[in-house]
Amino acid sequence: MSAPPIVAEKRTAAKKATAVPRQQLSFGQRLRRDWPLLLMCVPAMLLLLVFHYIPALGNVIAFQDYNPFVGDNPLEAFLYSEWIGFGNFEYLFENPAFWDSVLTTLSITAFQLVFYFPIPILLAILLNSIMSPRVRSLVQSVVYLPHFFSWVLVVSLFQMMLGGAGLIAQTAREAGYTAPDIMTNPDTFMFLITSQAVWKDAGWGMIVFLAALAAIDPALYEASAADGAGRWRRMWHITLPGLRSVIVLLLILRLGDALNVGFEQFVLQREMVGREAAEVLDTYVYYQGIAVQQWGVGAAAGLFKAVVGILLIVGANKLAHRFGEQGIYSKS
Amino acid sequence: MSAETVVRPRRKTLRPPWEEQPSLLGQFGKGTIITVVLAVVLVPLWVVVVTSLSSEKTINEAGGYVFLPRELDPRAYVVIFSGGQVTDAILVSTVVTIAGTALSLIVTVLAAYGLSRPGTLGHKPILFYFLLTFLIYPGMIPSYLVVTGLGLKDNLLALILPTAISAFNLVVLRAFFMSIPGELYDSARMDGAGELRILTRIVLPLSKAVTAVVGLFYAVGYWNAFFNAILYIDRNDLQPVQRVLQQFILAGQSPATSGAAVAIPGLGSSVPPSLAIKMAVVVVTIVPALIIYPFVQRHFTKGVIIGAVKG
Repeated sequence: MSAPPIVAEKRTAAKKATAVPRQQLSFGQRLRRDWPLLLMCVPAMLLLLVFHYIPALGNVIAFQDYNPFVGDNPLEAFLYSEWIGFGNFEYLFENPAFWDSVLTTLSITAFQLVFYFPIPILLAILLNSIMSPRVRSLVQSVVYLPHFFSWVLVVSLFQMMLGGAGLIAQTAREAGYTAPDIMTNPDTFMFLITSQAVWKDAGWGMIVFLAALAAIDPALYEASAADGAGRWRRMWHITLPGLRSVIVLLLILRLGDALNVGFEQFVLQREMVGREAAEVLDTYVYYQGIAVQQWGVGAAAGLFKAVVGILLIVGANKLAHRFGEQGIYSKS
Repeated sequence: MSAETVVRPRRKTLRPPWEEQPSLLGQFGKGTIITVVLAVVLVPLWVVVVTSLSSEKTINEAGGYVFLPRELDPRAYVVIFSGGQVTDAILVSTVVTIAGTALSLIVTVLAAYGLSRPGTLGHKPILFYFLLTFLIYPGMIPSYLVVTGLGLKDNLLALILPTAISAFNLVVLRAFFMSIPGELYDSARMDGAGELRILTRIVLPLSKAVTAVVGLFYAVGYWNAFFNAILYIDRNDLQPVQRVLQQFILAGQSPATSGAAVAIPGLGSSVPPSLAIKMAVVVVTIVPALIIYPFVQRHFTKGVIIGAVKG
């Protein structure tokens, strides 16, 4: 019983030493003491200023009829372009293609909640039931691997396996059949992108569930086995409750991220399956803004996504707190 | 771990004594699922490697992709490494990855260290400045205008600077730096060491592993980046490998027409088949991930593997 207080004491002592004691120092004294630390933050802050915050502020061109040709550089063009209030948004909201892209994005999120989300959980439970440490680490090594591949590579591998000239079509041809070209079929696109996402990231997504499984007290399993609970009952009454809080947290976070379904995966395949199936909000922004050069409209679509995204994240965190979870930021 | 092995004599299986024997059907089902999962990941990679090493005859006989290796024909690799578009792309990606990772690491480590002591001047607002990047994103179009406005079109810096800082990596490093006992800082300061010296002599040697992992994540990000090149790079000789891969495999461009397959003296007139060249490009884009992978993997799963062993 005497051990914990000592540990706790040590920890606070260490904390006190790390934290600079808040004495009554004047601003000048603190500056003289801390300027090297401040200086160290400057390069990162500058990079973020130029490539993160200025572009974030630059979203105001959503309220302009931005014309790159009225100035010699984007800054001048920005200064000389005409302000048109909500004109771009009016155009956007009356444009069915925009709403189509929103709808596609949301249906992809919904589809993947059902067909992607459970797979890392099932994989983790399966892996956790493997007894041999060698088999277990082999499986882990293999299923984590695709996480480190680029989207170009993943889509290319799918093209090589499932495409019109792919391995499966080739094998089918030899056997005298013709296999459908899955890569260019808009009707099955949802399955295609979900299986790509599963192939790339389901293994990696398993990590957090494995950690949660490892945190379950093995004595619970032993006790329930002694009480006569079989394999499935133990999974239902111990394993799943043990994963509950992680599952709830990740579900809520995914909801907060509902408008983000990935960009490269879609921009890579939009040509192959056509705009109707593959146009998500991000690709809409790109094609409207940069490819078609309607800068203001593209920026308006981007700003719409950013604002709704912030609202969703804040809302999701509220929800997380209501469920008694931590969320991505805490209340304080 | 050791205490357990002492208490419980080593059994042939790690199955705890209270657990029922597995049913034959269950074991069979589990084995099948695991085999399928492994095959789904590994078979495409295997086919790519084997095909990249096949001669024209083998590829023609197989009707395309080759599953069983017949011979080792490295000519596809000789071709892509002896000048032309693919060689350029490999160079570009290597330079961007190395320079970018170095810049990202230096800047991130400095900022993480600068923020590692709560109570210093401006600590809270600066931390908030970094954390706010999680919530507020720059739009794609303003970013494009800023980067091109800085004159970075067709400049490799456009592939580095916009993605140089990840606030997530910064937070990870900062958390680790904060866990280093304060006595170490104090003793170094007592000996007259400045902040930079404390960082390089004390903090970094203690956080080699986490710094390495952060660096590897940055490196994977740079190597895999694809879309920045579409936005900012028009010149053919400045394209990164991911872009070349996309052109060959997804846009159906033939290596022969794009200047990738230049005639190699000494190989005779026979140019290696274009499918083999394409597959060699795929292999080249995978290999860096494979080299880096064991390090990352060891670090990220050590805790999980040990912790997940039921005891």
